[in-house]
Amino acid sequence: MDGTINGSVNMIGYGLAAIGPGIGIGLIFAAYISGVARQPEAQGRLQSIAILGFALAEALAIIGIALAFVLS
Amino acid sequence: MTYAAAVVRSDGFTPPGPGDFDLPAVGGGGETFELFGQSFVLGLTKPMLQLVLAAVVVFGFFYVASRGRAMVPGRLQFIGEGAYGFVRNSVSRDIIGARDFAKYVPYLFALFFFILVNNLFATLPFVQFPTFSRSGMVYGLAILSWVVYNGAGIRRHGFFGYFKHQTVPPGINGPMLILLVPLEFMSNILVRPVTLALRLFCNMFAGHLLLILFALGGEYLIFELSGWYAPVGLLAWVLFIAVAFLEILIQFLQAYVFVLLNAMYISGAISEEH
Repeated sequence: MDGTINGSVNMIGYGLAAIGPGIGIGLIFAAYISGVARQPEAQGRLQSIAILGFALAEALAIIGIALAFVLS
Repeated sequence: MTYAAAVVRSDGFTPPGPGDFDLPAVGGGGETFELFGQSFVLGLTKPMLQLVLAAVVVFGFFYVASRGRAMVPGRLQFIGEGAYGFVRNSVSRDIIGARDFAKYVPYLFALFFFILVNNLFATLPFVQFPTFSRSGMVYGLAILSWVVYNGAGIRRHGFFGYFKHQTVPPGINGPMLILLVPLEFMSNILVRPVTLALRLFCNMFAGHLLLILFALGGEYLIFELSGWYAPVGLLAWVLFIAVAFLEILIQFLQAYVFVLLNAMYISGAISEEH
């Protein structure tokens, strides 16, 4: 089999690095959904908190993708 | 040759990369110059035109929508008021608080719609390029946000008062301060604009790269590799459409997150207590 894969190992590393933020974002929205299910009138307050937490957890994945392209 | 080898043949498919975002200058020109070890195009490029176009579109729409102010709003005025009310109430007032928010509404409002229109350019036919997938465009916005929230805090607390407010957590004293003050300074002053810029840039960049990959990969599977690869290529194109809809959601969400974080930083900078 002469198949060769060209590319950067950085991309595999980025794939691994994206697992953590993925789990984190899942936990944030799980908590948000169950919070709204318990207390629907709190949705307005919970939404901005959930989006903020999502943005902070996502920042890790974002830094990862930036470094995957920058480091070579 | 096995199937796996046929797919990963290195002479065939060339995957899209960051180089696809380096657009040539509009209308020829195209002299390049070197700075910081990178080559830049000297001239007017498509993202620059899109920035100006977005500013004109946002200004024009809200000027027209608010010109014929009536007690009973028409359709255009209704849309304009709804958009304004969204940023004013559910972002500015809920985050900054009813006492100080009015001063920052014009900034947050303009920022939200400027970013939103620039992001939607990625999906708009015949434009189809997200302005903020060029990192330089985002750094400008991040520097602006940094100046605004630090300026608001310095005006409220004074220069040294503001730095004490941002770097010294309440209820901490003694040797822990040696550990915490540099950390808080890093987190609140230095890292914030960087993550703000990278978040918007990387979302736009990665999303657009994903779309290019699905489109080119599907095309390659259908037209270059025949036989059983063609249905897989069609599946790639179906996913391309699905991801394009996901991208519209992300474009809106990123504009919202950028403005929400701006409001939170301003709110943290001007608050009296933590």
